[in-house]
Amino acid sequence: MLEIRNLHAAIDGKEILKGIDLTVEAGEIHAIMGPNGSGKSTLSQVLAGHPSYEVTDGSVMFRGQDLLQLEPEERACKGLFLAFQYPVEIRGITNAYFLRHALNARRKCEGLEELDPIDFLDVLDEKLATIDWDDSFVNRPVNEGFSGGEKKRNEILQLAVLTPKLAVLDEPDSGLDIDALKTVAEGVNKLRRPDNATLLITHYQRLLNYIIPDRVHVLVNGRVVTSGGKELAHELESKGYDWVKDPVAVN
Amino acid sequence: MATEIVEHYLSDFTDQISSDRTGFPEWVEGIRRRAIDRFVEVGFPSSRDEKWRFTNFSRIAEKHFVVSNGHDSRSSPVSAEDAMVGWRSPTKIVFVDGRYSPDLSSLRGLPQGAVAGNLAAMIGDDSTNLENHLARIADSSDNPFTALNTAFFSEGALLSVPDGVKVNGPIQFLYLTSSETNDAVNHPRNVVVLGEGAEATVVESYIGLGSGCSWTNAVTEIYAGDAAHIRVHRVQLEGKNAFHTATTQCSQGRDSSFFYTTVEFGGSLSRHDINFQLNGTGAFCSLHGLSHLRDTQHADNQTTVEHAQPHCTSVEHFNGIYDDSSHGVFTGRVLVRPGAQKTDAIQSSRNLLLTDTARADTQPQLEIFADDVKCTHGATVGPIDDEALFYLRSKGLTADEARTMLTYGFAVEIIDTVGIAGLREHLDSVLTSRLEKETRDARGEKC
Repeated sequence: MLEIRNLHAAIDGKEILKGIDLTVEAGEIHAIMGPNGSGKSTLSQVLAGHPSYEVTDGSVMFRGQDLLQLEPEERACKGLFLAFQYPVEIRGITNAYFLRHALNARRKCEGLEELDPIDFLDVLDEKLATIDWDDSFVNRPVNEGFSGGEKKRNEILQLAVLTPKLAVLDEPDSGLDIDALKTVAEGVNKLRRPDNATLLITHYQRLLNYIIPDRVHVLVNGRVVTSGGKELAHELESKGYDWVKDPVAVN
Repeated sequence: MATEIVEHYLSDFTDQISSDRTGFPEWVEGIRRRAIDRFVEVGFPSSRDEKWRFTNFSRIAEKHFVVSNGHDSRSSPVSAEDAMVGWRSPTKIVFVDGRYSPDLSSLRGLPQGAVAGNLAAMIGDDSTNLENHLARIADSSDNPFTALNTAFFSEGALLSVPDGVKVNGPIQFLYLTSSETNDAVNHPRNVVVLGEGAEATVVESYIGLGSGCSWTNAVTEIYAGDAAHIRVHRVQLEGKNAFHTATTQCSQGRDSSFFYTTVEFGGSLSRHDINFQLNGTGAFCSLHGLSHLRDTQHADNQTTVEHAQPHCTSVEHFNGIYDDSSHGVFTGRVLVRPGAQKTDAIQSSRNLLLTDTARADTQPQLEIFADDVKCTHGATVGPIDDEALFYLRSKGLTADEARTMLTYGFAVEIIDTVGIAGLREHLDSVLTSRLEKETRDARGEKC
């Protein structure tokens, strides 16, 4: 599904990612953990194609294609989805309007017919039912005036509607209370399928009690310093990030 | 050159008086004489004047526009079919090239006591009490275009709603400029009077059906009595070479509420002065404005909200979208008079520049002479937000689609304040088609 090799990336001439290697297969959930400033969010932005980041070395293959050659919308078209850590407010545009256009863009990529507003509402109802949410923010402008928790939930709603192949979730837990965190985690779990994969970026182990990862990678200073099974997250929780910052201790 | 043109208008005025074309009562003639005197004294606005400095009026000032005599209603250049394109209210007062069209108008469904129709026909009618309302609040000494309108107006829409009467459906004042019109000026004059506790909705539409070099110079005076509730939606969709100047002057009584929306899409050059006076305690007004300009269009909105009494609230949001080499201007003046305590005034001006050659000038002006007030204002000018653009692209929209959606959202925020579903949908579809690049026609400054 996703194969990252020796990925280096910089912003404003400052190198943030210093050689990332990572492989994610269909059906898997991978967690990327790491202290603040380790490059977790940069990795997600680089994968989605944020124009401010410059890839200076390495390669990323996504479903057999060179991801780095694609525009952000072409990446989405191939089935990549990024849930933003800080979702952007889009004034004047309702969630329903935005989701319909985003879904139709996705359907076009797959050679499917575009949905009219009526048919779209049926699809939306079905997706909301899948994650067991009501339609309370469907007709509000995208993220405008949303609480932190609502913004995160809204990203998961998009995930449900767009059904990507690979979802990169950038700190979907940050700023959430335990109930909101459970809601978001349940949404992610319900959307899990054998043919899709999730890259979950988080600072805290807490989220991984609710979304059980197949693999955990620890990112420090722009490199993956160690990888392991879900127990690695627990080890991090008890020992703290200082433990992985010292490569000798890890090995 | 401009002085010469002013002389032409003075001579037109003298001809008008001698021909006694309108046959208005003496009190009206007095108002007109004072207005032409004022106009001759000050001439057209100069960009050296602070209030007018962002707009160059030379294309209007250096040409002698002839007051349109309109058309015989039998030979109206606008067919009933053409006149009905777009959104139309069932109740409407229609003017073609400045002349009232009884055939196109329809005044059914008005409640008992409410009066609506052509102002010219009712000006001498004591029951309409126009002497107390016409040219009472729109000040000729303040604005040369208002002076010129006051000197030359002949027709316009009148709506008078007595105390306690509610008018249910919207009443449309529809001004159509036919495709033939060239170098002609119309001076529409509208008066709306709502008595105590009265309610009404007015739609003011200025629509060009062709691309002539015409000029519309309108003045609208609106009185909302104590506890009256009024909604006014104004749409400027003049032809691409047209000039449009206008003053909207509103006075509100105690506990009245006024919802005002104005949309500028058309014309080559437009200037609209919108003045609200909150003259009774507890009055509320909301002003929403949208300009969407392309090519070399220029639109200038100047608003003044005057809090003359305590406990009044004003909410003002103007959004401008400027494409190509267009130029938008917004000046938002909020004046809080001494003693107008507990004033609550909010103002925002958001301006989106879609190209490097588009330009926006925005300036809030707060003049506060009371100490227990809450006044906030904010103004932004800039291109489409890169983070929002990336957000939408990452979800699958192309860069063009994302830009169009962000632009649409910027505009629809204002259009959504229109309380009439049919009109809102019409404005939405006009906007949507304007946002599609291929609908654009090459346009120079022909006039």
